[in-house]
Amino acid sequence: MTAPFTWIRPEPHGIHVVPADCWIDPSIAVPNALVTHGHADHARGGHGRTVATPETLAIMELRYQTREGAMPVQYGETISLPGDVKATFVPAGHVLGSAQILLEHAGERIVVTGDYKRRPDPTCPPFQPVSCDVLVTEATFGLPVFRHPPVEHEISKLLAARERYPDRCVLVGAYALGKAQRVIAELRRAGHHDVIYLHGALERMCRLYEEFGIDLGDLQLVADTPKEKLRGATVLCPPGALNDRWSRRLPDPITAMASGWMLVRQRARQRNVELPLVISDHADWGELTATIKEVDPAESWITHGREEALLRWCQLHQRRARALALAGYEDEDD
Amino acid sequence: MQRFAALLDALVYTRSRNGKLDLIADYLRTAPDPDRGWALAALTDATSFPAVKSSTIRNILMERVDPVLFVLSRDFVGDTAETASLLWPQPITDVMPPPSLAEAVGALANMTRVSVLTELPRVLDRLDADGRYALFKLATGGLRVGVSARLAKTAFAQAFGVSVEEVEEYWHALAPPYTELFAWAADGAPPPDTEALPLFRPFMLAHPLEDTEVDLTDYVAEWKWDGIRVQIVHAGGETRLFSRTGDDVTGSFPEMAGALDFPAVLDGELLVRGSHQGGEAGGAASFNALQQRLGRKTVSKTTLESYPAFVRLYDVLLLDGEDLRELPWTARRTALEKLMPRLPSDRFDLSPVVDADHFEHLTEIRAGARDEAIEGLMLKRRDSAYVAGRRTGLWYKWKRDPLLVDCVLMYAQRGSGKRSSFYSDYTFGCWDGDPDAGAELLPVGKAYFGFTDEELRQIDRHVRTHTVNRFGPVRETDRSLVFEVAFDSVHASKRHKSGLAMRFPRINRIRWDKPAHEADKIETLRALIRD
Repeated sequence: MTAPFTWIRPEPHGIHVVPADCWIDPSIAVPNALVTHGHADHARGGHGRTVATPETLAIMELRYQTREGAMPVQYGETISLPGDVKATFVPAGHVLGSAQILLEHAGERIVVTGDYKRRPDPTCPPFQPVSCDVLVTEATFGLPVFRHPPVEHEISKLLAARERYPDRCVLVGAYALGKAQRVIAELRRAGHHDVIYLHGALERMCRLYEEFGIDLGDLQLVADTPKEKLRGATVLCPPGALNDRWSRRLPDPITAMASGWMLVRQRARQRNVELPLVISDHADWGELTATIKEVDPAESWITHGREEALLRWCQLHQRRARALALAGYEDEDD
Repeated sequence: MQRFAALLDALVYTRSRNGKLDLIADYLRTAPDPDRGWALAALTDATSFPAVKSSTIRNILMERVDPVLFVLSRDFVGDTAETASLLWPQPITDVMPPPSLAEAVGALANMTRVSVLTELPRVLDRLDADGRYALFKLATGGLRVGVSARLAKTAFAQAFGVSVEEVEEYWHALAPPYTELFAWAADGAPPPDTEALPLFRPFMLAHPLEDTEVDLTDYVAEWKWDGIRVQIVHAGGETRLFSRTGDDVTGSFPEMAGALDFPAVLDGELLVRGSHQGGEAGGAASFNALQQRLGRKTVSKTTLESYPAFVRLYDVLLLDGEDLRELPWTARRTALEKLMPRLPSDRFDLSPVVDADHFEHLTEIRAGARDEAIEGLMLKRRDSAYVAGRRTGLWYKWKRDPLLVDCVLMYAQRGSGKRSSFYSDYTFGCWDGDPDAGAELLPVGKAYFGFTDEELRQIDRHVRTHTVNRFGPVRETDRSLVFEVAFDSVHASKRHKSGLAMRFPRINRIRWDKPAHEADKIETLRALIRD
């Protein structure tokens, strides 16, 4: 028998499942890939075969205009991979279609969380803790300063700004996949049923969410709307468009941004954000540490993010842990 | 405390001046006494709590959270107060409701170096993260919310429909929480008594002359000296030196504190003695020499000897208990000339009137003024009273023509407020040799005004299409666009690689027509140094 956990190897461009010769979220094109979710830094194009949830595959098809090699797997479904490896996709609660991947081999269980959160999200099923020997966890917000406020609180800030300035519009920068749809869905849940206006770059992803049964209400494009109609309205755009020339067509916009980074004042200021909305699709410090406690793995492997602090926490709590240095993951806009 | 915290946060995220004014005015109108007075004090940096230091905050945090996690967090957040406000462990048990701002101020004021370690946590336990952040900023001073004391006073004036000059007039007579000031402005109580106190009086300011021509029978000409405008005040046995913004700078210029010993308020230019500029011994040194004296809390003996300060007087506002501000300039000038013998000559001299028969004559004098320790000319209406602020037609400033140099655009950064999304801040350089023989450009300055909105759009387009590198918000451009840069003077500076620093650089013209290799060399600029 081989030494524990040697059949799975963190490499600079992804996690290599050795007996099956496949990679999880590889940052380069490989023959066989397992993809946790559709964000571009996890779901690169050009793989020979891509195993992912139907939602994630649809997102990738939207981006890369091809379904070649797509192998859908439902939540909870276990598939057999070569080399006597079994893989199960489990909801991660991050964005539509996001999954943790449970890998089983030689009596050992390893869970790769991908990106995840524990807060409720109307656009995707909730994270399910899975007992395992090794938990490969993300650490995007892996610092104790990150305590994300309740999403309702942030949505009420947005609605209050809209009330206060009926002649302006609230322009919310939100990542095109996941954040934008979650903000819309949360606005609807808070009883906001007016038209929400979109930057063109958000349209296709919102339509795709709706195809998967997520009701986002009445959405229209800014491009199709006269400026006067945008007064008092809520407008969503990708973060990159917030301070771009595009936003000059809007009536005196209040610049908002929905991101976990907005907790840090200078981060918000650097982006010229007037109304920071601390809305994150990642686990905050409390969720990260609670999840490690709850799953209670023999070992935690910490990836992309602030690995050092979470590693320190594991040490302080007598938990075995190591930091993986994986390349190519971005966290700028979440 | 929560309302004050919300105000600070809103100010952090509001970039426009008017937006900030509205926020502060709204708060001052609606917050209760004495909270609003303390908020005003905090905004104008008039509070001080010596028991609370940044290190105190770090220490009380280190006792409660793991030091390694604290340091990692501080590195990421970049601000000790903010890190601490986020990391503070929320108490599990029920705590008292949040303190009012005045209550928090009272608690902070009573803390000692020792008691702070137990007292400060008790206040922190009663606050949320934003409240803790506000408390830390209040306690350690320096709110850093982009609000000057002047802006806060303007907001006060706006809140209650009073004039900012009046606010300035009474301001220095009062101490936080300014109860009398609010009683006067908000409730119509009589204004505070300002007699017999060494107070700042708002300055009279000038408009640029531009294309106006004035008749010298109505206007008198004076030199505009290249120092800092100051007001020196003696009242109630005390002497104070104030800068143009009303800041007390007496501490930086102790030699001036003993130089005036009779009740008076005098207006003049603070200069440092030297012969670098103007050439005549005992004249004024350049502004660069004066800079050696600015912003210092303690002044060494060597500095006092090497850069002795004096005030060149322009005007007299109050003298021996009499307010002269309503009198015409001619009468005040006579009074000023008469009082000169009462002043020590090493600390004061009189700014002379410039003799000119007619405007053309004055134009010639101004043109020849390049080498003097002067910035240009002042033109003052002979019958003008001394009125606060900038009143049309009374005083004009007529700066000498700027120096010009052709520079090449090197880096551009996005502006803020109205100009956000436009690349509007430009760093430009000059050649360190012959550009055709492989010389490099070295940055010599940065400017963000001097162009029209249409020109801004054109430069913005140029930057976007000529980017060769990006560093966060900064774009490096290829070396293809030449700016004619205007500036008032140039000085040696160790801060820049080129060894030069310009005063007041601005874009004079965009030279779309000029090839970059024909822009000026560093040595051309260096030859313009006068100190």
